[in-house]
Amino acid sequence: MNAFASGQLDLAPRRRGRRSSIGTWRWSDRIVLLGAWAAGLTLCAIAGAIVLYMGVRGIQYLHPSLLVSSPEAALDQSHSGGILDPILGTALLSLIGILIATPLAVCSAVWIAEYGRPRWLGRIMESSIEVIAGTPDIVIAIFGLALFQTQLLAGFSFVSTVGGAGASGGGVFGRSFLAAGSMMSLIAIPPIFAATREGLQALPTHMREAAYALGKTRIATIRRVLLPGVRSNIATGATLGISRIIGDTAIVVLLLGASLRIEPAGSTPGLDVLRGTGSTLTSFVYDNSPAGEGNAPQKAYAAAFLLMLLVLALNATVNLIARAHERRTGQS
Amino acid sequence: MRAGPITHEPPHLAALADPAPSTDPHVPPVRRIVVDREPTPVRPPEDRQTIREARTAGPERLRVESLTVTFPTRTAVKSVSLSIHQGEVLALIGPSGCGKTSLLRTLNRLTELTPGARRGGRVLLDGEDTDEMQDTDLRARVAMVFQQPNPFPMSIFDNVAFALREQSRKRPRKSELEPLVTDALRRAGLYEEVREELDRPALRLSGGQQQRLCIARAIAPRPEVLLMDEPCSALDPISTGVVEELIHELRRDLAIVIVTHNLAQARRVADKVAFMYLGDLVEHGTTEQIFEDPRATRTRDYVRGAFG
Repeated sequence: MNAFASGQLDLAPRRRGRRSSIGTWRWSDRIVLLGAWAAGLTLCAIAGAIVLYMGVRGIQYLHPSLLVSSPEAALDQSHSGGILDPILGTALLSLIGILIATPLAVCSAVWIAEYGRPRWLGRIMESSIEVIAGTPDIVIAIFGLALFQTQLLAGFSFVSTVGGAGASGGGVFGRSFLAAGSMMSLIAIPPIFAATREGLQALPTHMREAAYALGKTRIATIRRVLLPGVRSNIATGATLGISRIIGDTAIVVLLLGASLRIEPAGSTPGLDVLRGTGSTLTSFVYDNSPAGEGNAPQKAYAAAFLLMLLVLALNATVNLIARAHERRTGQS
Repeated sequence: MRAGPITHEPPHLAALADPAPSTDPHVPPVRRIVVDREPTPVRPPEDRQTIREARTAGPERLRVESLTVTFPTRTAVKSVSLSIHQGEVLALIGPSGCGKTSLLRTLNRLTELTPGARRGGRVLLDGEDTDEMQDTDLRARVAMVFQQPNPFPMSIFDNVAFALREQSRKRPRKSELEPLVTDALRRAGLYEEVREELDRPALRLSGGQQQRLCIARAIAPRPEVLLMDEPCSALDPISTGVVEELIHELRRDLAIVIVTHNLAQARRVADKVAFMYLGDLVEHGTTEQIFEDPRATRTRDYVRGAFG
C-alpha cells in the first residue's frame, strides 16, 4: 500500500532489510526501541530471579517430611512441624471455590452469549462481573466477613471462644472454610466467565444452525452442542480460577482465621471441617514470615516454593489445554 | 390475510447484534422477526412464465405460495410460488445472490434466525401452514443439509443419535438408538465405511464422509422433505458423485429441494428445475424442458452459459 502511495514501486529493487535498519530511524524512535528492549529484558530477569531464588531456598528447606506432617506451635524451627494442613486447606478452599464459581460463571456466560436480552440487563450483568473482577480481594474479604457475621448465616461458621468462654453470646463467628470458600468463588468467577463467553462466541454459527435445522430447541442446542464445544474453555477458565484462589491471602486471613492446623467445629462429620478453621499455603507463608507471629522463615520459604510450583503447574495446564484444543479444532 | 404474530423468539444472532431503531412504535426493537402476511405486490416481469404444472411423481409435500423474503438491505425472494412433490428432486438454479438459498432456508423457517429478515406469503407442508407449526416440529419434518459439512464435534454415533434424541421427554437408550443410527448411516451410504469406528470423532472423517454423515443425521428422524444447500460445492468430484447417487436413492422416500450452482449437477440429479434470477422465479419446469427448450430468454442465456 505504502509503496503504491509513495510511488516507490517503479524504483529498482532494493537490498533486503534496508527499511528495517535502525540507522535510518529518528533518535526518539531509537530511544523508545531501546526502552522496549530494556523493559522486556528486565521483566525476564525479575521473573528469573524470583524463580531462581525461591528454587534455591525451597530446595534448601523443603524436605519431603514437611509435606506429610502437621504444623506445631513451637518457637524452635526444628520442632514446628510440616505444612500438611496448609496444603489440605489450600486444596479444600480451591475445591469449594471452584464448585461454587463454575456453574455460576458458565450459566451467566451462556446467558450473555446466547440470550443477552434485554440488552440493558446484559450490559448490567457484564459490568457486574467486571466490578467483581476489579474489586481488591481484601474488600471482598471484609464484605464476606460482614455477610457471614449476620445471625442468618451463623450456621456456616464456627464460634470463636477467644475472649469469652463458651457460647455465652460473646463469641465471634463469621469465619470458616465455607465462608472463605464462597468468597473465593467470587474471585474465580471472572476468568471462568470470560473464557466460557469467548469460547461460545468463537463457535461458528453453522454449528447452531445445524442443531436448529434438526428441530432442536435452543436449550437442547446449548446443552448438547455448544457446552460440549466449549468444554476446554471452561477447563481453562476453571484452572485460572484455581490459581487465583490458591494465590489469595486476604480472604484467607480474614475469613478462615489464623490457626495453623485444620480445626473442625461441631460434631457432624464432614460439615465440621467446612465450618471449622485452618490455614492455606498463603496464610502459612504470611504467618511464618518475619511479619507474622511464627517467625519461621525457613518454613515460609518451603511453603512459598510449593505455592509457586503449584501456580506454575496450573499455568502450564492452561497452556496444555489450549494447545490440545487447537490441535483438535485445527483438524476440523 | 392478517399480520401474523411473532413466531420465534430472537435468535442467537439477534441477541448479539445491535438493535436497529424501529420506526414502528408498536414494534419493540427486540421483536424483529415478524411474519408479514400482507399480500406483496407482484412485479410482473415481462418474461415471467406461467408455472407449468408438470407430471408429478408423488403426493404434494410442500407448497410455496407467493413467498417473499426481505432483508433490511434487499429483497431476496420476490413472490415465488412452487410446489414440491414426494419422489422428485427439485433443483433451484441461478446466479449467486439470486435468493435461492434464502428461499430454501425459508422452507424450514431458518430465515427467522437472521436478524431483520421478514417474510410474506405462505409455506404449506402437507396442506398445513408452517407458521401454525412449532418451529422444532417443522424442522424435524423438513430437514436440511448445508453447504459446508457441519458435523458436531462428537462421535459419529452421537452425531446421528443427536437428531433422534430429545424428540421425546424420555431419553432413549443407546441400545434403542443403535438400529436407527445404523439404518440412517446405511441409507446415507456411509455405514460400510464407518461400521468399525462409530465412536471416532466425526471431525476426523474426510469432507465427503462428513457431508454424508450430515445427510445421515438429517434423514435419521425420517423427515418428509430434505433441503440441500449446495451440498457438493465443498466436495471433490468423487465425493460429489457419491452424494449425487445418494440423492437418487433418497428421493424414493423424500421430496428433495437442492440448491446448486452446478448446471451439470442439476441436470444429473433433478427431475424439475426452477431458475431464479434476482429474486424472481423466472421459469420452472421439468429438467428436460428447462435445459432443452427454455421459454424465457434469460433462462436460455443462463443454461447456455451466457452469464452467471
